[in-house]
This record gives sequence, C-alpha cells and structure tokens, in this order.
Amino acid sequence: MSRKLLLEKAHVEGIRNYDVYRREGGYSSVEKALKSMAPDQITDEVKKSGLRGRGGAGFPTGLKWSFLAKPAGVPRYLICNADESEPGTFKDRYLMEYIPHLLIEGLIVSSYALGSNRTYIYIRGEYAWIVGILEQAIAEAKANGWLGQNILGTGFNCEIYVHPGAGAYICGEETALIESLEGKRGNPRIKPPFPAVKGLWDCPTVVNNVETLAAVVPIINLGAEEYLKIGIGKSTGTKLISACGNINKPGVYEIEMNISVEEFVYSDEYCGGIAGGKKLKACIPGGSSVPILPANLLLKTAKGETRYMNYESLSDGGFATGSMMGSGGFIILDEDQCVVRHTYTLAHFYRHESCGQCSPCREGTGWMERILKNIEYGKGKMSDIDLLWDVQRKIEGNTICPLGDAAAWPVAAAIRHFRDEFEWHVLNPEECLKRNYGLAHYADPRTPAVA
Amino acid sequence: MAEEKKLFKVTIDNITIEVEPGTTILNAARMIGSQVAPPAMCYYSKLQGSGGKCRTCLVEVAAGSTADPRPMPKLVASCRTTVMDGMVVKNTTSEKVLDARAGVVEFLLINHPLDCPICDQAGECDLQDLSYAHGSESTRFEFQKRIFEKHDLGPYIQLHMTRCILCYRCVYVADQLTSKRVHGVLDRGERSEIATYIEKALDNDFIGNVIDVCPVGALTDKTFRFKNRVWFTKPVDAHRHCTKCCGRVRLWLRGNEVLRVTTRRDKWGEVESLPDGTPGWICNECRFEKKHVSSWEIDGPTRIDRHSVIAQGHYVDLEIPNDPLVKVMHGNKPRLLLDIHSVSEVNKPGIDLAALPGPPTSKVYDQGNDKKE
Ligand SMILES: Cc1cc2nc3c(=O)[nH]c(=O)nc-3n(C[C@H](O)[C@H](O)[C@H](O)COP(=O)(O)O)c2cc1C
Ligand code: SF4
Ligand code: SF4
Ligand code: FES
Repeated sequence: MSRKLLLEKAHVEGIRNYDVYRREGGYSSVEKALKSMAPDQITDEVKKSGLRGRGGAGFPTGLKWSFLAKPAGVPRYLICNADESEPGTFKDRYLMEYIPHLLIEGLIVSSYALGSNRTYIYIRGEYAWIVGILEQAIAEAKANGWLGQNILGTGFNCEIYVHPGAGAYICGEETALIESLEGKRGNPRIKPPFPAVKGLWDCPTVVNNVETLAAVVPIINLGAEEYLKIGIGKSTGTKLISACGNINKPGVYEIEMNISVEEFVYSDEYCGGIAGGKKLKACIPGGSSVPILPANLLLKTAKGETRYMNYESLSDGGFATGSMMGSGGFIILDEDQCVVRHTYTLAHFYRHESCGQCSPCREGTGWMERILKNIEYGKGKMSDIDLLWDVQRKIEGNTICPLGDAAAWPVAAAIRHFRDEFEWHVLNPEECLKRNYGLAHYADPRTPAVA
Repeated sequence: MAEEKKLFKVTIDNITIEVEPGTTILNAARMIGSQVAPPAMCYYSKLQGSGGKCRTCLVEVAAGSTADPRPMPKLVASCRTTVMDGMVVKNTTSEKVLDARAGVVEFLLINHPLDCPICDQAGECDLQDLSYAHGSESTRFEFQKRIFEKHDLGPYIQLHMTRCILCYRCVYVADQLTSKRVHGVLDRGERSEIATYIEKALDNDFIGNVIDVCPVGALTDKTFRFKNRVWFTKPVDAHRHCTKCCGRVRLWLRGNEVLRVTTRRDKWGEVESLPDGTPGWICNECRFEKKHVSSWEIDGPTRIDRHSVIAQGHYVDLEIPNDPLVKVMHGNKPRLLLDIHSVSEVNKPGIDLAALPGPPTSKVYDQGNDKKE
C-alpha cells in the first residue's frame, strides 16, 4: 500500500467544507510556516525535499523558487497552473474537486514563501464547476483568517483569485497563461526573459502546477527530511497518476514512485490489469505529449531491467527506448487498438491547439495530421512514412514553445516503434479499413489474465 | 575619466566583431554584412517586440560565451537572442541551420498560393528571395492549400490572407503607430487570420505603413493593385512638406506618372531611419493621395542593389554586363537559348490533368513518362 500524502483525506465525508478539513488537521502547515519559518526557509525546505514540478517538465520546484527575482518595491506573483488540458491527464481536477482546501493551503504557504500578495489560479474553462468549489474554499479560508490582511498576525497579506481560461490547451504553457491572464491572446512569449524575472505584468512570477503546490503542504508538515524518504532517487514524494484507456480500473492514483510499471498496470490496487482479459499493446505513460512505448519496452527497459513509475526509470533509454513521466497521464492501449489511428487523433489535437505563432508548428502540425489521415484511411504511400518522419524532425526543437515538440514526439515514437503497422496500412489499404493490425512482435510479455 | 564601455566579442561564421552588450546575434551579423546575416521574415528592428516567430533566422550557438563555452542545445532565433562575450555562432557554416531553414521555408510555402505571376509584391518579396536561396524546386505537400477570402481594410488597403505568413509585423504597426487597436489576430493555429474586428476600417493616418512592413503580398496598396510590375517602375526618392509625417518617400514612376508611394527602405528592407534616428513612417495622405509628381520635390534616383530584379528597369550607375555567351559564340549574339518544351514539364504529353485527384506533382509527370516508354 503506497503512502498517501495528498489524497489521504480526499474521501473523508464533507472534506470539501472548511470545518471538516480543519478538523482533519488542515491548515496546520500554514500555522507552522507563518509562525515559525522565514520565507526563505520554506524555499530551502522545498529545495531539500527534492520536489519536482508535476506539470510536465519535472523541474525542481525549490530551484525554480530560488530564481525568482526580488527587486525592492516590485510586486511578485504566484500563479497556480490548473489549465490541465493534456489528453489523458485529469489528476489536478480530481484533487481540486475532492479536496480543494489542500490546494488553497499549499497556495497560502507558497505565496508566503515567495512574497506573493496576489495569487492566481488559472483554471481551464471546461472545469467550470470547479471554479465554484475553489471560490467557496477561498471564501471559507478567508472567513477563518487564513487569507486577507495580516494573516495570523504576521503582517502577511494575501488574496487568491480564480481565473477561468477560455478553452485553449496552449494557455497551459506558462507564458501563454500569463498573457491570457493579462487579458491578451494566449500566445507563448519568447524566452528569455523568463517569468522569474519578467512574468505577470512584467513582474517576477512563479508558475506551478496544482499538484506541485499541494505537495508543499506535506513537505512543511512532515519536514523535507521525511518527505525525501518517500520515493526513490530524484523522484521524491508521491505522484498522482491519472490512468485511463483499456484497463479495468481507470482513475486517479497516488503512488510512491518506487513501484514498478508492471505492478501499477496489473495489481488490483491500481489499474487492475487490461480490460476484458486482453493483452497490453502499448502505453503512453505521461500524457499525450510523451513518446508511446510498446509493451515490451514499457515493463522492462532496453537493458532488461524492471521499469519503475518514476522520472528516471520512465525516461531510461532516452527517446530511443524510453519515454517520460510527463504530467502523469497514463494511457493504456490494448491489442485491439490501432496505433496509426491513435497517432492521427493526437496529431489532430495538436493541429487544433497550436497557437499559430511560429511557422514550423503552425504549418507542420496540420501537415502531419493530413498525412496521418491518409495513411489511416488506406490512402497512404510508403514515402509518406518517411515524409512524416522528416516533418516531425523539422518541427522538433525549432519552435517558440514546447507544443511543437509535444506534437512531434508522439509521431516520432509511433513511427520508431510501430513502423510495421504504418507499412501494413499502406500495403493493405482495404483491409486496414476493416480490421486493426493487432499485437505483432511487441507482444505483452505477460500471459493474459484469465477472466 | 569617462568609463570605457566594455564591448562583447562575437564570432559569426568565422568572422569576429565587437558589439555593445544587448545586441542581438542578428544585428551583430548585419553589422558584419549581408554575407553572414541570417534571413529575417518577422523581425523588424523598428517594431518593438517583433521577431522570434518565423524561425528563418535560426542559428547554431557553438559556444555560449568565454565564461561558459558550452554550445546551446537547440538552434536559437538570432533576432531575439543577445550576444555574450566570446560567443561563437554558426549560420551558413552549420549544416543543422541550413537543414532547419530549408524546413522553415518549406513550412512557409506549403500553404502559400505561389501566385507570384499575379501578385503585386513579386519582385520585392522577401518570401521569393528566401525560397530562391533556401527552398527546393518541388513540393512534398499534396493537399488542398489553405484559402481565405480577400478583405478590404478600409478604402486603401487589401488583405489577402491566403498569402500571409503570420509574421505579426502589421499587428505591431497597428499597435505601435496608431492609437486604436482594431487590428489583430483571430482564431489560432493554421486557421489564424489577421483581422480588424468585425470589418472595422482602419481609418488611422499611419495605417498605410502595414503595406510596407508586410514581407509578402498579403497587404497591398489598392491604389496600385495590378497597375504595374514593380520592376517596370522607376523608384526615385522625393519629399514634400507634410504636417503629419516626415514627408520623405519613395515614388515609383512610370514616365511622369506616380504609380505608387512608399516609405524609403534600407538595405534590410526596413523603413529608413530619419536623421534623428526615428523611423521614417509616412502618413496615408502622402502615400495614397499625392499621386502627381508636382506634389513632390525629387531628391534623385534610388540606389538599387544590382541583384534586385528592380535594377532591370533602372539605369543609374549601370554597368554593361560582360556577356560570356557572346565571347564563346565568337562575337555572335545568342538567338534562342532554350526550347521551352524541353524544360517545362507542364507541356509533356500523356497526362490528363483533369483526372488527377489533387494538384499535379513531379511524381505524376514521372509516371506519365514511364507509360510512354
Ligand atoms: C503546450 C503546453 C501545455 C501545458 N499545459 C500545462 C497544464 O495544463 N498544467 C500545468 O501544470 N503545466 C502545463 N504546462 C507546463 C507549464 O508550462 C509549466 O512548465 C508548469 O506549469 C510549471 O509547473 P511545475 O514546475 O509545477 O510543473 C504546459 C506546457 C506546454 C508547453
Ligand atoms: S510551438 Fe506552436 S503553440 Fe508554441 S508558440 Fe509556436 S505555434 Fe504557438
Ligand atoms: S499580413 Fe503581412 S505583415 Fe501582416 S502578418 Fe501577414 S505577412 Fe505579416
Ligand atoms: S526573424 Fe527571427 S524568428 Fe523571424
């Protein structure tokens, strides 16, 4: 049984309400931090804890905080990134919906550490019902003296505002988010300058994911030393994984990062195995942007070692034979799924979500989608596969923001590992409309569970 | 004693120059000269915040600085990256750069209509120059190109989005030169389009400058549309006393007829700076309404780069080219250089264009040949 730090109390009856949350020990980290710690001490504690950003890139949070410029007389801002629009990722939604006060608590401590008197939660527009939940939690926290002026008599003032987006994936990119928050078109900014120096309204700004900020609560409560002991290596603490696809038990799971992928997929505590007694074909372990892995490379690394659910192990082998932890959206494809179809769906998504600022992403995403559509519908040519490879290669690394890379990687990985399936579509234009390719050589190394 | 300003040494394509801190790689390269300057389709030094978007100016940083000589992991946009002391940059000496640039040109062209034969910009189009230098001769894009309706932006300007490369320069002009912001970008991704919200006319005095900053033929001067090819017109620099703008312009003449008035452009295709250092933008009155030579005082013919197609209708400082063909043909003038039918694939028989599902490509023609043999 994994230790739970974030979702432990998520299912206590009425935990959404302040009284229950407080009774269960809520807001103790605010008391501890504001009464006994200096802001820089909190940053140091977060640094020591080894916490890495949960929004996708896995950047060390304490280090990010220490980069925040602190010129005198200039306000600083903390922004909570709740835009969560990556296909397959729905962990922040779960946390905010079930235990909203945990996020508010983390935000107050983090705002104190960073000196942010006005803190924003930028939430994706489609999470409309959560806006109300968060605003209620904020109102309750304020009514009980955790927000507002002179919090706990320390002289620290803080307000939290919730700002819903208008339905653009790109507004999850931190600088596009800032533009959008400023009321402008959500185009990513060209960096440098980085938000730590020039962010919201040109002031120093930190943008962190919901889960990252919520994790500050257990770090302060337990202390960095204790937190560090959970997990393994540079993957400390617990991680929320949203599991979906062809599994028996889709849902959001909080894991310690030392369990194996095999355990996560097959044990009844988590995904509960592949649905319908079928075989595992492939998996996207960290949200739609990360490389897809065939079954044989998912459970074991290329070196034949067990693969674990953490930052280092999931990326073992680089992009050639590994993938990424990403944002924790864990998508399972069984033997009946078509990788070409799946890649086409993702390409469609990225084409639709590109902001259109830079030429490789604006033009390349649409081109890839069209080629993939042809292949999927039996109209492709062999040369299209190489063309597709060349197009993704020319997008990757050449764009303003990582959405270009995120559009290129899934296509590259699909061709890298499933080229035979693409070729089969080209060679069997009629059959590919009627049936799927199946498992072939990347067979599930495990015998299927007998239902 | 005045403190001496420390200059940064930067090496671009093996040529070293010293520049002031804060200079971008692109501007440092421009100081060296056009042989090392990366092409720029979106950056415009007189427009704040421009650049970074088109990605044609990508360069490789082989060494970050003397203090930290590690190379940068990705290619960087030279128009938005400032130099460091001891930086080593590779532009045309880098295979990676040339490969990426060819990719960018291809991306810019896949949805471009390539209607140069009927486009007013032809002859002074940055995209033509770029494609000529870095593009390939055939396309790998076999889909329907993106098409937009033409729009009139007020009485003088026409927007033909189909040709737009979304460099955002016109958006910055509207933002920075005019007081009302009614010009922006609607929608996103490949459906993005330049728009004035709900067909609002841009009746601002300086809005005509969007035509000059547009690197392609997406924004054109309605008073000049289809009147002439730019290389048949003769540019002269002229001025008049204007209460709204500097009044320093370039007239494009045919005989004594003023076909077009534009800003004066510098070596990099940007509006020339005035003696006081500010950009020489011109007002709509000078641009659209002063179409008589009598309104202007002519300063003299414009110097045209001899590589420009415009030079062909322009006779100042003209050097009579040494024609090698005449030499090898023993003094005889060549009569017919090429038989058009031997080079143009369009005229190859055996291909029914109407029967093709999409636009014809070189592959279609190759197959046509095979059948014949
Ligand atoms: C296209 C794109 C979309 C993104 N969407 C999100 C998102 O929905 N939520 C999020 O937390 N981070 C998202 N990110 C990452 C953010 O830019 C940023 O790295 C993150 O919020 C930092 O928080 P962290 O350090 O706590 O992970 C996105 C990045 C890109 C390029
Ligand atoms: S990579 Fe795509 S989403 Fe990102 S700035 Fe460029 S066009 Fe916009
Ligand atoms: S209309 Fe011209 S200036 Fe405006 S974005 Fe398009 S190409 Fe650039
Ligand atoms: S000129 Fe630098 S990116 Fe366009």
